[in-house]
Amino acid sequence: MAMIPGWLSIDERCVGPALQDAVEKMDGTGGEAVVNFSAVWRLDPTALRAMEEFVGVADEKGVKVVLRGVSVDVYKVLKLTKLASRFSFSS
Amino acid sequence: MIANGTEQQRTQAPAESLSAERIAHLEGLVSQAKTAAAVFTQFTQEDVDRIVKPMVLPGLEQAQYLARLAIEETRLGVMEDKVIKNMVATEFTYNYVKDKRTVGVIREFPDRNLVEMAEPIGVIFSLTPITNPTSTVLFKCIPAIKTRNAVIFSPHPRAWRCSSEAVRVMYETAVRHGAPEGVFSCLESHTLEDNAYLMRHKDVRLIDATGGPGAVKAAYSSGKPALGVGAGNTAVYLEKTADLNTAAVDIIISKTFDNGTICASEQTVVIDDEIYALALKKFSELGAHICNEKETKLLERTVMDPQTGVMQPLAVGQKATDIARLVGLPVEPNTKLLIAPIHGVGREHPLSLEKLFPVLAVYRARSTEEALKVCVDVNHAGGLGHTAVIFSRNDEIVRRFSEVMNAGRIIVSSPGSIGALGAVYNNLVPTFSFGCGTGGGNSTTDNVNVFHYLNIKRVARRTQNHMWFRVPNQIYFNMNAVENVGQFPSSSTIIVTNPALEQIGHVDIVRRYISPQTYVHVLVIPDAEPEIKVVMQGVETLNFYKADQIIALGGGSVIDAAKTMKLKYESPAADLEELAAPFLDLRKRVVQYPTEKINRARLIAISTTSGTGSEVTPFAVLTDKEHGRKVTLADCSLSPDVAIVDPQFVMSMPKVLTADTGIDCLTHALEAGVSNYASSYTDSNAMQAIRLAFKYLPIAYENPRDEEARCMMHNAACIAALAFSNASVGVNHALAHAFGARFGVAHGRANALMLPHVLAYNAAVPTKFMPSPYQQGYVAHKKYAVMADLLGLGGHTVEEKVKNLIAATEKLLDQLGFPRSIAELGISKEEFERAVPGMTKIAFDDPSWRSNPRMPLMNELAELFWKAYQGRGVAKAVSASQRETA
Repeated sequence: MAMIPGWLSIDERCVGPALQDAVEKMDGTGGEAVVNFSAVWRLDPTALRAMEEFVGVADEKGVKVVLRGVSVDVYKVLKLTKLASRFSFSS
Repeated sequence: MIANGTEQQRTQAPAESLSAERIAHLEGLVSQAKTAAAVFTQFTQEDVDRIVKPMVLPGLEQAQYLARLAIEETRLGVMEDKVIKNMVATEFTYNYVKDKRTVGVIREFPDRNLVEMAEPIGVIFSLTPITNPTSTVLFKCIPAIKTRNAVIFSPHPRAWRCSSEAVRVMYETAVRHGAPEGVFSCLESHTLEDNAYLMRHKDVRLIDATGGPGAVKAAYSSGKPALGVGAGNTAVYLEKTADLNTAAVDIIISKTFDNGTICASEQTVVIDDEIYALALKKFSELGAHICNEKETKLLERTVMDPQTGVMQPLAVGQKATDIARLVGLPVEPNTKLLIAPIHGVGREHPLSLEKLFPVLAVYRARSTEEALKVCVDVNHAGGLGHTAVIFSRNDEIVRRFSEVMNAGRIIVSSPGSIGALGAVYNNLVPTFSFGCGTGGGNSTTDNVNVFHYLNIKRVARRTQNHMWFRVPNQIYFNMNAVENVGQFPSSSTIIVTNPALEQIGHVDIVRRYISPQTYVHVLVIPDAEPEIKVVMQGVETLNFYKADQIIALGGGSVIDAAKTMKLKYESPAADLEELAAPFLDLRKRVVQYPTEKINRARLIAISTTSGTGSEVTPFAVLTDKEHGRKVTLADCSLSPDVAIVDPQFVMSMPKVLTADTGIDCLTHALEAGVSNYASSYTDSNAMQAIRLAFKYLPIAYENPRDEEARCMMHNAACIAALAFSNASVGVNHALAHAFGARFGVAHGRANALMLPHVLAYNAAVPTKFMPSPYQQGYVAHKKYAVMADLLGLGGHTVEEKVKNLIAATEKLLDQLGFPRSIAELGISKEEFERAVPGMTKIAFDDPSWRSNPRMPLMNELAELFWKAYQGRGVAKAVSASQRETA
């Protein structure tokens, strides 16, 4: 079972490092990783790359990634980059 | 732009030959651009404006550096002019875009309840030309950032270094000031297959191809939205009223600017005979070499390809002296321009075609007509949709020239090339991409600008057209209201009536109140739906007596005839057939009723039945016996000027007529009450008419001499007409018209047979809703419930109240002795079955139902006919159905 203790809250300024950190914490296989995006209002290309890598690792480990509190603007970026379908979303 | 072999290849090469490695590289470029474009969507207007402004400065600072690179690499044009181009591309473009809104709401139209919002395009694939290799890049970067798009540039292979350097300069500045990484990228040289691959890439949203016809064609053939702008052949008319000094200088400035590489530059100047010699002298004085016949031939053979008729690449963008040396022409060292007189246009006269170098064809025109024709010929010889120029002070000739030329830009009395670029000599939008419209195989004739890089979303809020409540100026009602006829001055009055009314003395009553000084003529017409022939005879009478007043005394037929007589008398040219054309919305109808009148006559309508309300309606129904059809006219101008609702004229109405007309009145009110065009104004009239009809119709029917009941029913008919004149009627009338016409049943009686079924039909949830901006939700059943409350019919729920209204209607019909089914009329089931399909079609074509709250389907109309055939028990059926639903 992949575990990320509690919710991982992401700060807009450090999406990349935070997700990198999350990858390391994803020590098992299967299960669910909930990432709180409610403080992220904008994504830059680096953050998008980090998200793509993060969800790639999660896929390999069979972990479902749930993004919580994603703003519409950020959601639209994920749709445009075709990343949205790789995540689950909760409010 | 240049159309040469390289140009063709760079866009039409097959993509299949790309290596996997190369495809991976191209995919990387697209992926990076896609990410940048996605990230860019989060930027606000302030964010992009903060990036755009600093991008202009390096464009200006590096203008000379980039121009020098362009000259060194392409060997085309003039360095100094390329500097100017680079500065225009940045400074002028910025000046145009700086205050434009390109994010979020970009324009608002409060009066139309419309808002326009911007949506970025995404990834743009942009081809740039050899002729303006750096300025085009600089120009395209600014609107791209302003609109939050990412661009992959594909420079012309022979201009790759300078173009990619221009991309680099703009990209680094943009990213430094906050633009997403990867927002601009540039293909390396040798891009033949790359272009084909990228043009078809699923994530490339728009192709912006500035180049030769090959590039444009490939862009449009890719199946992607494209801005393909390309070749031209600018015709110039130097007209005899032009200021020659200005014109000669302007043409030389334009044609020599960057050695003629701008595709909007002048190609053939058509000069009026009167100024031809002087014009050539001016050109010569300013540094042009005028070729003689032999030199022209030599020039033609050297700079144009005799096989294709296209300019030779070796001449493109070269100086006049270099071209002269190439050709072997002895010219002065300071020669700026070679001018070659030609005697025709087309492939046989190659110099009449596009020449992107300082060689200008001139044509001597013997007349304005000839000059315009030659300009049209040049326009059609490869210049359709692009640019045309005229030098003239004659506004009429400028207008004619503008009409006959197919050009996105018509430049008046200024240089073609710099004029077309915009913002220098005129107020055209600054650009380096000239849309050539369909003539040039392009999607736009615009100077391509920031708005072509946007998807514009229109947010359309619900609007309501204004409504109206129009009624005659004056309505006089109650007993002896006819006395008011006397207050209207007239020297010649025609009373239109029918034989029965004349016979029983009604005409005499009216005459009693007309001034003795008034000449009165009585026009008796048949007591039936008026024929057009009868109307026209009436118009002759009006003309003969020079009538200034018409008094229509009768029922709907007489009043309708009088309305039409007035129309044709006042406006003889009015075409009744045309005026009867169908329409959906009175305000938007195609046909307009005449407003110019050669005669004027007041129409006073005195109704002698209590049903149609024709004395206040804007409708008239005629019969065209010749063609076997009805002509329905509808316009506010048909409404009588004065209505007199005097019950003394209905006291002697027979019982059957009382019932028939009374139910017609009630149907008007019930249908207007639930109409989609109903308003508070019409509702108040409809509700009052319903109340009066339910209360007084049975009394008037049972006791015809009951003055109060007659008076109230007469008023009810008029009040209901005020409602339906403005709210219209509905399905009941459509069914009754079709059935009545088919079986010869009186209108009121036909209405009665349909009425309970239509009430139940409209009260149910529609199969198909009728579009109506005037109503909020479906309210017909609720309005029926209000009517039931008004009548004190009881009931706790809307459903119960509707049921009670239907039951009360059925009871009223019984009281009035109406047959309660079509079968009761003696119409056999077989005959009715045969008639239903035809009646259904006619009912569906009837405009009456257009305002019905429920849109009737054909099968529903047929079903309603059958319900009316079987008749009775509608209220009970409704109750049963409601129980089932519950």
